[in-house]
Amino acid sequence: MTLTTVLYLITGGLFTVGALFAVARVVKGPTILDRVIGSDVLLTTLMLVLGAEMVVNGHTQTVPLMIVIAATAAFSTVAVARNVSRQDRKE
Amino acid sequence: MTDFEGPTTRREIRWRIWQQLPLLLVLVVLWMLMWGSLTPLTIITGIVVAVLVTRAFYLPPVELSGRFNVLWFVVFLARFGVALVVGSFQVAFLAFTPKATEQNSIVAVQLVTRSDFVMTLTAIAISLIPGSIVIEVDRAEGILYLHALGADDEDAIDRVRHEVQTTEQRLVRAIGSTDDMQRMNEGRIVS
Amino acid sequence: MSPDLLDILAAVLLVLGALLSLAAGVGLWRFPDALSRLHAGTKPQVLGLVFIVAAIALTARSFAVLLVLVPVLLFQMLTAPIAAHMVGRAGYRTKNFRRELLAVDQLEDAVERASRADAEVEVGADPDADNPDRTFGRDQRM
Repeated sequence: MTLTTVLYLITGGLFTVGALFAVARVVKGPTILDRVIGSDVLLTTLMLVLGAEMVVNGHTQTVPLMIVIAATAAFSTVAVARNVSRQDRKE
Repeated sequence: MTDFEGPTTRREIRWRIWQQLPLLLVLVVLWMLMWGSLTPLTIITGIVVAVLVTRAFYLPPVELSGRFNVLWFVVFLARFGVALVVGSFQVAFLAFTPKATEQNSIVAVQLVTRSDFVMTLTAIAISLIPGSIVIEVDRAEGILYLHALGADDEDAIDRVRHEVQTTEQRLVRAIGSTDDMQRMNEGRIVS
Repeated sequence: MSPDLLDILAAVLLVLGALLSLAAGVGLWRFPDALSRLHAGTKPQVLGLVFIVAAIALTARSFAVLLVLVPVLLFQMLTAPIAAHMVGRAGYRTKNFRRELLAVDQLEDAVERASRADAEVEVGADPDADNPDRTFGRDQRM
């Protein structure tokens, strides 16, 4: 168990707990805006985990995937935000 | 929507092409960065793809002021970087002790600039550094409305407003037009 | 620096990035209303991305990789504020936030002034009140 392995394990644990909190927010709501913020955080965390995996396994093959997520993950949030109406409050 | 009359005189056509050049350049550089190589092949394919994209998705050209002060741009980037790091840690700290966020405010800040580009960049920079997110823009008056985290009294609101205005000042000094700079200097003498 | 030290440094950067991502998640859970959760969701993640990108560049030990990673940072820093802005705007207009948390609301004053000015011009109800795309102010260009 070298130092780097321990650090990698800690990293994995922290990411997992953060993602679980985001999922909890998606489940709890109470409005659709909260859910869409939660899903945006989840997607960005996914991108960060892709980056972390590249560090752990020593390759850079998924960088294009990171670029695509960074560029387009916000669009789903924008699409939902533009179609929120007053009736969606406290659903 | 704006009405688009096609460019008629040859001078107008040349001006149109000249205006699109920065965007094309940025797209080609981005293409080369993404492929990670600097060969003539990437340059040529980059130009082809950039021209195709700008033709297919035609957007009104961004009005650049033609000024670019490198020194102030570096200053802006440096201060922005510092504020980004400090602010993210502040918000992260607040996440673990949320008692401090019981009082937020929506603050109105009057900007000096009249240019779309500078206003957008200011709004983006403000949304990334601590404590504020732009939730509404009054384009006609040049006012940004921010949601400020943890701003409960007049002092905190003034601090937020000061932060936004100094960020905008740095941006205007870096890439603002001379018109904006003049208005900025006048404003500083008065208030 | 020896290769081992660089690897350890990269791992530490990873932990820092993960810590910020955790802070984003925890903030998302613990902040009281939608507008505050926006702050928690966007700002720590950007800095976390900076750390992860630095870690990748350190591990690959090549400047070319860092160059390829710059678009990732750039895109994230450009699109995250846009998403936050749209959600904040929609949240404010549809009253999806807790008003008791707002100490001062200067936008409300401006909105009231604008709707009073509109009411003086038109007689009758404003059919656009629920439309998220409506712009305030005189500029109706977009």
